[in-house]
Parts: sequence; structure tokens; C-alpha cells
Amino acid sequence: MPGPTDVTAPHHYHKVVDCQYACPAHTNVPEYLRLIAQGRYTESYLLNRESNVFPGILGRTCDRPCEPACRRGRIDGKPVAICRLKRVAADLRDDITAYLPKAPTVRNGKRVALIGAGPSSLTVANDLLPMGYDVVIHEKLSQAGGLMRFNIPAFRLPAHVLDEETGYIIDMGAEVHYDSPVSSLKSFLDDTHFDAVFVGSGAPKGKELDIPGRWDAGAREHIHIGIEWLGSVHFGHIEQIAKRVLIIGAGNTAMDCCRTSRRLGGTDTKVVARRSREFFKASPWELEDAGEEGIAIIENHAPKRFVIEQGTLAGMEFDTPTGAVIIPCDEVILAIGQDNAFPWIERDIGIDFDKWNMPVIDKSTFESTRKGVFFGGDAAWGPQNIIWAVEHGHQVAISVHQHCQALDVHDRPPQGMHLESTKMGLHSWAYSNDFNPSPRSQMKHAELVERFSKLSAEVELGFTPEQTATEVERCLNCDVETHFENTLCIECDACVDVCPVSCLTITANVESEGDLRTMLSAPAQNTTQDLYVSASLPQTKRIMVKDEDLCLHCGLCAERCPTAAWDMKKFELVLPYASMMSEVTA
Amino acid sequence: MTSIAKPAVRHPGLKRNALGFTMRDYEGAMSTLCAGCGHDSVTAALVQACFELALPPHRAAKMSGIGCSSKTTAYFMRQSHGFNSVHGRMPSVTSGASAANRDLTYIGISGDGDSLSIGLGQLCHAIRRNVRMLYVIDNNGVYGLTKGQFSASADIGSTSKKGEANVQPPIDPVLLALTLGATFVARGFSGDKAQLIPILKAGLSHNGLALVDIISPCVTFNDHDGSTKSYKFTREHEVEISAADFVPLRREITVPDTTEAISTITMHDGSVVRFRKTHDSYDPTDRAAAYAHVRACQQRNEVATGLLFLDEGGLDMHAVAKTVPTPLVDLTYKQLCPGNSALQALMEKYR
Ligand SMILES: Cc1cc2nc3c(=O)[nH]c(=O)nc-3n(C[C@H](O)[C@H](O)[C@H](O)COP(=O)(O)OP(=O)(O)OC[C@H]3O[C@@H](n4cnc5c(N)ncnc54)[C@H](O)[C@@H]3O)c2cc1C
Ligand SMILES: Cc1ncc(C[n+]2csc(CCOP(=O)(O)OP(=O)(O)O)c2C)c(N)n1
Ligand code: SF4
Ligand code: SF4
Ligand code: SF4
Ligand SMILES: [Mg+2]
Repeated sequence: MPGPTDVTAPHHYHKVVDCQYACPAHTNVPEYLRLIAQGRYTESYLLNRESNVFPGILGRTCDRPCEPACRRGRIDGKPVAICRLKRVAADLRDDITAYLPKAPTVRNGKRVALIGAGPSSLTVANDLLPMGYDVVIHEKLSQAGGLMRFNIPAFRLPAHVLDEETGYIIDMGAEVHYDSPVSSLKSFLDDTHFDAVFVGSGAPKGKELDIPGRWDAGAREHIHIGIEWLGSVHFGHIEQIAKRVLIIGAGNTAMDCCRTSRRLGGTDTKVVARRSREFFKASPWELEDAGEEGIAIIENHAPKRFVIEQGTLAGMEFDTPTGAVIIPCDEVILAIGQDNAFPWIERDIGIDFDKWNMPVIDKSTFESTRKGVFFGGDAAWGPQNIIWAVEHGHQVAISVHQHCQALDVHDRPPQGMHLESTKMGLHSWAYSNDFNPSPRSQMKHAELVERFSKLSAEVELGFTPEQTATEVERCLNCDVETHFENTLCIECDACVDVCPVSCLTITANVESEGDLRTMLSAPAQNTTQDLYVSASLPQTKRIMVKDEDLCLHCGLCAERCPTAAWDMKKFELVLPYASMMSEVTA
Repeated sequence: MTSIAKPAVRHPGLKRNALGFTMRDYEGAMSTLCAGCGHDSVTAALVQACFELALPPHRAAKMSGIGCSSKTTAYFMRQSHGFNSVHGRMPSVTSGASAANRDLTYIGISGDGDSLSIGLGQLCHAIRRNVRMLYVIDNNGVYGLTKGQFSASADIGSTSKKGEANVQPPIDPVLLALTLGATFVARGFSGDKAQLIPILKAGLSHNGLALVDIISPCVTFNDHDGSTKSYKFTREHEVEISAADFVPLRREITVPDTTEAISTITMHDGSVVRFRKTHDSYDPTDRAAAYAHVRACQQRNEVATGLLFLDEGGLDMHAVAKTVPTPLVDLTYKQLCPGNSALQALMEKYR
């Protein structure tokens, strides 16, 4: 028989907070939105920073897995603009330097090397520096930030935002060696004697397209690998492009390439994809932005060969459902994916690689098969995104800390929780429980002329104060949980009757959850959402069932309950971080 | 917030009835009754019953007197007509409304105070006239609105919140209705919608006055130990002596999945009430037996519930008065007032 649901452990309530649950770093979204609503931008920023470390960067670039998960999307079709509200907090905050963690003057005697200065490494540094670790970063290139710096174009992510947020970490006292690629991990390990080493070198190799014509003398120099090309643009090695440009691929790299190309003179830039739109990897909003900038997107064209005429690139031939097609062009940018490459890691140093030439990494500890060597970010399991790199960084910091104390890296601190009633009085709750019917706010974009005037002109202008005020109120406060005490219930049905979205049912229990789902006030068809099932009720021994799917967290059930069997309690997930663990006692 | 509002958002999976409405379309204003009041559950049951019957809201009239119970007409079917009358006068106002417009569905909501104390005479005569209406008594044993004095339905020995026992004998609206010739008599419990909703639907389809006495606990003044109208007492002493299912006209009548003996009564509009046998000897068409059975339960301290008596062959007020089939409101002035010569011709007949 289903239930009773255990709400003393964090899992059930954590899962109700859809956005936080979906966020790889479990950012406390509803709380930071409430802080914005109260104008407490600095606190909102700092709360964000605790889990996602780069609120200003992520508020502009995050892949936002939270938004498709947002409950509001299931209510009126559009999720809360969680990501761009994060940017509001970052833009409007005061100087936060005083509130940043500081590295203690007394060091703990442990030295950790980080290879690469991308978001994963910087997160490890962020977590370990305040604990007294000496952190030494080796970066191949001349700036910090990894792909965020030299691949994400400045019109999406201005340099000053990157400088500021990478600076907060480095200024805690990391020792950074720029322009110093590690070319042999073997000699690095042999020569340096760090207590732990983290490999955060990313997935730096763009995929090739080996079709006829690719290596022809006249064509070669007009065909570029997307991530390398974006890097060259970033460092100023490339300042223009010919008029007719084809971008091959339909992921987010392709979107950055086509929009950059458009700004560098590629007035006739086309994105050509092998498959149809529903299979595109690019985020819908990136596709929209590219469309806005007049970039054509061509579907169902599989590359066949490069067309060379008079010794130079003249176009590309594609297979299409209606036959072969040649699209003329002057330059081609390949954006069909990234690979990992570890030519600098020897295969005889105790780090096992699998048949795909990827290091064998423990899913929970991020440790390789060589003790004390950890991998994270894109280097661990291939290209992902910034927020995953950050989450990996937090986990690696915990592992490093365990390792440096000679403790088992699998022995990790559990998640915790706090629950606190939000009841203030009759019809009065400590959160804004009233449902706000406003539609999702539309982000204002810079005019096209302005956008194309210089490469660094930021496209998104942020939300106005009015938009911000409305958008935060669209949040349903899913972390204010409906908490039920079965012993208090008199089975009057008040809660069941008042619930606007038919979440609640009092019923006899049945054998399977599947059956239970069909016999509720409204059928619970979204099986990705859990049912709350109470212990048996005092008078009739039936059970209270709540389908979490569409709850508005409006508090009406608690408002109408005569015995306070329902209460609206704020749930706070307590995430373990390395900094909360005991100090190294060496 | 000084008051609360129910958001207009609804569950996308809500069923629609034959009119294309969801249950939410049968709601009214947000209740201002105490949280947990049984009357709110009765309202919710009415919302569901009217939704399931696909009653056009604009063809219904909600009638009430004074009391917490009488306030509830505001809390369902916001598009319907309504009349909130003087204390205890709902039956006569409804009789008048029905006389003028026989085509509306009349839903009278009253309390034990409203109907059994000040309005007792009104109730009796509405039953005798057999006004075509659903007559709901939200019965909580107290005057809730005036802070919990014993009402005429309070049982001997039932105590007030402060512990004082009632000494006067109760009036049981079910027994009263049976003696007065009511053609539809039922008792439900606000805490048991599965039983209540079919009764309400049958009552709304009845050709005459359908009296439904509903035990509806007052959480604020009469839900303590010692009360015989509390949630707990009612759950412990309720005996369903007649279980009815309602099969509306529109739905195909299928054989129910039960091995129990079934008897059916066809309502005047073609819908069917199906009785499952719960007590061997119980016959919901035998008035004297029904009376005896309910009375016996009462003496055993049991609360008899169910659709207790049904006589679909009775004559309603309009049949007795031989009024025209067209509602009076729809007649032209000329038809209603045919002039002096017609009056003189009529008078002539009595000379
Ligand atoms: C064009 C493009 C756009 C993207 N847009 C987004 C976006 O909008 N949102 C998002 O969330 N993600 C985006 N991503 C993905 C995201 O940038 C990466 O997932 C993320 O940066 C990975 O972080 P990381 O720390 O693992 O590695 P990286 O950011 O790749 O950093 C690795 C660093 O290690 C250095 N390094 C490599 N090898 C060595 C070596 N041997 N010695 C020393 N240093 C070395 C590199 O120079 C680099 O600085 C995008 C990726 C690309 C290619
Ligand atoms: C003529 C008149 N007499 C007395 C009252 C005071 N009064 C208001 S409600 C009420 C009793 C209501 O009891 P009931 O019908 O049982 O309703 P409940 O509040 O219990 O639902 C009384 C006596 C009145 N409003 N009007
Ligand atoms: S808070 Fe309560 S009443 Fe509101 S939607 Fe959720 S379950 Fe329903
Ligand atoms: S309102 Fe409270 S007491 Fe009534 S059924 Fe719901 S939880 Fe139980
Ligand atoms: S006083 Fe009693 S009858 Fe009136 S609303 Fe409150 S609980 Fe209901
Ligand atoms: Mg009463």
C-alpha cells in the first residue's frame, strides 16, 4: 500500500521545489526570488552565490534546467523567468566584497593544484580557500574563466561580469599561473607533490567533419572549428568574416557562431542542420535570438561535400529529403560538438581510461582511479554546462577535504532540512500566498543596429523594476510546503473542497499507487510528480492524499482547516559544502 | 489580506459536463463561514451535484432564510437567481416564486433554527403543498450564527460547549416530513459526500418537495465531546438504512457491479433512483414502515441516513392548483389579465 510519506527526511519536500530540485547545484530559487521581491538584492545575490557561485554570469548564460521544471509552467504554460531574475539581483546588488568568505591567515598546510581556470576549478578554489588550503591554478591561456571567457561571446556575457566574479575567488588568495599549460601530468605529479590534484581542463576539442573537400588546399583556410574560431575572435586574432557563411550544427555553439559571424560581416549567415527543429540541441531562446538577428535556419540537410571551384571554397553540398542541394558560401564554421582530449595525460600513471578514451571517474566522489586525482566539469564526462561544472566543483571540494584528512571520500555529509511555519495570523502568511495571474515578462533586447555596431554590445537589457516586481510574484513559493499532521484531522473536507486545483483527496487506501492516482479529486497523471500520502486519519482510518503536481501553494487548505492539521511551512534544504565540515587537524 | 479569494486557476484535467462547464463553474463567492463548518461541505456537495446534473446555472434559484446555513447560497452557482429572505420565511417566498415561475429549479437552504424553530409552520405548509424544490436543512443542533444556543433539533442530553445539557425533546425533520405527507425524505451527513451527492441529485430531479436533512457539524459551537451533532458522534452513530444511487436520464443505465438486491424508482423526468438493500426489512416506498424504522433507530441512539422515503406519484403544488403549464411569468399581460368581461363571466359561475 502506498505511503505514509516520510517528510522528516528532505527528499519529498525537496522534490516539490521543482526548480531547486532540477538545478544541478540546488539553488534556493524561491527564497532568492522573495528577497528580490523585498528589494534585498545583495542578500539575494549572496544566497545565489552560496550554491551557484557565479550569479551574474549564470543570470545571463545558464542553461536553466530549472525553468522547464518550474511548476508555474504547468499552470499557465510559461515558467517564472528564474534565470533572468538572478541577473536582476546581480545587477542591482551593492558592493558585496565585505560579505565574501575570506581565506584565513593561518593556512591548514595542505596544497591543492587545479588544472584549468574554468568554472569547475574556480568553484573548487572558492570552497577550499576559506578553509585554509593553498590553491595553485595552472591555466593554459592568459585569462580566467575557461569557455565562459573565450567562447561565450561578449554580447551575451560582458567581460566586466566575468572579471568581477572570477576575481572574487582568485582574490581570496589563489595562486594562478597563466599561460602555463600542463603538458605532462606524469611529471607534474612527480615534480610538484600536491596533496590533491584537480583536473578541470574542459572538453577543448571541436569535432571534425571529414567529408570530401575538407582538406583541399583552397578550402582549408575557409573552414573553421567553431570553438577555436570563437576563441580566436575573443583574443582578437579574427576580426572579420566573409559575407556568405554557413554554420554546420544546431547546438548552442552554432548559435554563438552564427550571431558572432553576423556581427563580423557575415551578413548572409545560415545555420544548416542535419535534422529537423524538434531535435535541435540549441535552447529555444538562443534559436529565437538568432532568428531575431535575421539568421536563416535550414533543417534536414546532411553535409555531403565541400564544393571547390577555381581552387577555392564555393559552397557545400547536402543530402536533403528531396535530393542533393548545393548552398554557395565563402566560409564554413563547424559547430557539431566537442570532444575531450587528454594528450597530456600519460596512460601509465594509475589513471584508467575507458574504451572511449575517457578517464574512469567515480560518479559521487569525482575521484579517478588514482587516489588524490579528481576530475570535474566537462573534463569528467564530456561537455555539459556551467552550472554542472559548478556542482562538480562543490563535490570535488568535499572529496579533496576528505582525502586530505585521510578519510573515506565516499563518506559524505548528508543533506539536511529546516521546516518553519509561515502562519502570522488569520489570513496572514509570511509569504505572498496570493496567486498572481500575470503572464511571463518579456525581456527587452537592444535594437539590431546597436547590436551589430560592436561585438561586445550586450543584447539583453535586463528587466525593468516593474517587470521584476511582477515576475517575482509569479513564483508559486513551492518551498512553502503544505505540511500535514494526520492526528489533528477531523475529516471535515474543508481543505479538499477549497483547493482551487483539486490537489487533495480523503480516501480509503488501495493496493497500488497507480490505482490511487486514478481515484483522486482530479486524476494524477503526471507521474514525475509524487503523491503525498498521510498515515491513517483518526476518525475513519482513511488517508489524506495530495497530488503535488499543480499545487499553487496558495495556503487555502491551511487557511480553511479548523484544526491546523494543514500548515504552510517553509522548507529549507541544507546542502553540505566542504566549508561546513570540520577543519583539517594536521 | 483581509479576506481570501480562491484563484481562478483550475486543474486542466477537470471533467466537463454536457453544458461544457467544469465543477469550478458552479462555485460562488468565497465562504466566510468558520473553517471546517459542515455547511461548506454541503455547499461543495451541491456544487458537484449541480455540475453532474448539468443544471444550467441561470435556470436555478437559490432560496434561504437567516443563519450560517442560509448564508451559503452565496457560496455556490454565482450565476443563479437567489433570494435571501427573513428568518424562517424561505418556504413561503419559494412557494411564491415557484407559483410565478414553475420552470426554475428551486434550491432552498435552511438551518435547524431557521426551519424547526421560527420557520416550523412555514416548513410544514411547504411540505403539504408539495412545492417543487430541493429543501436542504443544514442541521447542526444549534443556532450557529447567534453563537450556539440549542436549537429545536438538539437531542435530550446533548451538551453545550460549556457543558450544560439540553432537556427539551428534539424535533426530527425526517419524522415530521413523513407525517406531513412529504414525497421525498432523506438524511445525509456533510462528512459523507459519497452518500450525499446522489441524494441531492435525486432530490433535484424530484417532482415535489425533496426534504434533505443533513447533519452538518458546527465546528465552533457544537463539535465537542458531549455533542450529538459532532463529526465524531455522527461517524460513530450513523446507520445507512437505505442506500441510493442516482442514474441521470442522459446516462445509459447499466447493471451495477454488486450482488446486492436492487430496486429502482423512475423519476418523472426519466432518471432512475436505484436502491441497494441495506436492511432486509427496509422499503423506501412504505411510509409507515419508514417512519417506524427511523423512529426505532432514534430510540437506539442511532442516526438513520439514506434516501428514506420516495413517492414519485404525488401531486405537486401546480398539479393541485391546476395551473397552466406555461410559467406565469411567461404569459402575456392579456393572458394574465383577460379583462373585466372575463372576470364577470367567472363571477357569474358562482352566482
Ligand atoms: C560556444 C560555447 C557556448 C557555451 N555557452 C554556454 C552557456 O551559455 N551556458 C552554459 O551553461 N554553458 C555554456 N557552454 C558550456 C560551458 O562553457 C562549459 O560547460 C563550461 O565552461 C565547462 O567548465 P569547465 O570548468 O569544465 O571547463 P572549461 O570552461 O572548458 O575550462 C577549462 C580550462 O582549462 C584550461 N586547460 C585545458 N587544458 C589545460 C592544460 N593541459 N593545462 C592547463 N590548462 C588547461 C582551458 O584553457 C580552460 O581555461 C558553452 C560552450 C561553448 C563551447
Ligand atoms: C426574526 C429573527 N429572529 C431572530 C433572529 C436571530 N437569529 C439569527 S440566525 C438565528 C438562528 C439560526 O440558526 P440555524 O438556522 O440553525 O442556522 P445556523 O447558523 O446554525 O446554520 C437566529 C435566531 C433573526 N435574525 N431574525
Ligand atoms: S496550497 Fe493547499 S489549497 Fe492551495 S493549491 Fe496547494 S493543496 Fe490546494
Ligand atoms: S480541513 Fe483540516 S481537519 Fe478538515 S479534512 Fe482538511 S485537514 Fe482534516
Ligand atoms: S458558527 Fe458554526 S454553523 Fe456558523 S459558520 Fe461557524 S461552524 Fe458553521
Ligand atoms: Mg443550526
